[in-house]
Order: sequence, then C-alpha cells, then structure tokens
Amino acid sequence: MVYMYIGIAGALGAITRYLVNIFMVYDSGFPFSTLLVNLIGCYALAFITSRALPISSKIKIAIGTGFLGSFTTFSTFSVETITMIEDGQIYLAVIYILLSILGGILMSNFGWKNEVSK
Amino acid sequence: MSFILVGIAGFIGANIRFIISEKLNKSTSGAFPFGTLSVNLVGGFLLGLLVGAQAGEIYLLLIGIGLLGSLTTFSTLNKELYSLQKHPKLWLIYFLSTYVGGFAVAYVGYLVF
Repeated sequence: MVYMYIGIAGALGAITRYLVNIFMVYDSGFPFSTLLVNLIGCYALAFITSRALPISSKIKIAIGTGFLGSFTTFSTFSVETITMIEDGQIYLAVIYILLSILGGILMSNFGWKNEVSK
Repeated sequence: MSFILVGIAGFIGANIRFIISEKLNKSTSGAFPFGTLSVNLVGGFLLGLLVGAQAGEIYLLLIGIGLLGSLTTFSTLNKELYSLQKHPKLWLIYFLSTYVGGFAVAYVGYLVF
C-alpha cells in the first residue's frame, strides 16, 4: 500500500517538475527551472522532516520520499552541467554547479528546525 | 498526453528509489546513504547515455524527465548532507562521491554514443 502513496505522490512530483520546466521559458541557456525545483525541494524536505507536523507517517513519506524526491532531480542537474561544458559554456556551468550545491546546503539549513530527532 | 507519460514514469521511478533506499540506507545516525548515492549515480549515467545518444522526444519525456528525474533526487541528498554534519569525514566522502562521481558517470554516459 505504501507503494501506492509513494507512486502517486511521485507521479505528481514529476508532473509538477515538468510543468515548471514548461512554464519557465529561458533563452539564456541557463537551467533556471531545475535550479528552482531543486532549491524549493531542499527547503521543503528539511521543513517537513524536522518538524512535528500533525500528519500521519504515511502522508509524510508520500510528501517527502514521493513528491519531493521526484520533484527534485539529480540526473537532470548532472547532465545539464555536462551539456553546458560540452557547449563551451564553462563559466555558466561553474555558476550552475555553485548555485546548486551551495544553494542546496543553505536551503536545507534554512528549512531545518529540530523538533523531531533524525 | 505528455503529462500522463511523465506521471506513469514518475510513479515507477519514485518506487524504485524508495525500494533501493529502504534496502541500502540504514536509518541509524551517521550511516552512509548508499541507497541515495546508488540511484543518483545510476540515474545520472543513464540520462547521460540518453542525451548523448540524442534520443527522441518521447524517450526524453518518458525515461529522462519521468523515470530518471524521479529515480534521482536532490532534496534527499541535501537532507542527508545536513544529517551527516556531525560526521565530517562521512560528510566529505558522501559529498565528493555524489558530485564528482555524478559528473564523471554522466559524462561517461554522454560520451558512449
């Protein structure tokens, strides 16, 4: 049954990521949409993981592992970086890497509040 | 139609990640998240392959955005880095194996075809 929760939430997470990608038109060649979903997802996951929220553990795992796990992506981040480097946009790739890595760490810190252990 | 494809693949990707993480990520404090590392490296390599091979629109949508986008995760990675802060050595190993490893396998995948 947990597979249904995670699957449905995962499907919604993937569709939401896809929607953000469609609506964020960029002609700069910079992958703003991946950066945006990844940073929002880091904040949101830290937020729900570290707080004593009045929701069941099933809902929590559906949102955390299912929705936010699928909403954010590591594969697209890696491959976008590689294609930017291959296209000769080295500076842009370095900026993208730094913003993603440092931003991810910062957003997790901002979202965290030690209400539950782990 | 494209939303349905992304959704179905996302359903599957999220569950594969969940199952692998359940098996390989130990829940004890200071445990190394092998499960998340595995899905991120495998997913990055496969997306590198797909993009490098200049796969068609439908494959990019179904496998790239849907399946591999959901199989891999950035939020859990950063949550785990946060949790590993008290174990600086593990933190560094996890950080480097994910990012250096991730770029390396994506690049190898990209160059195959």
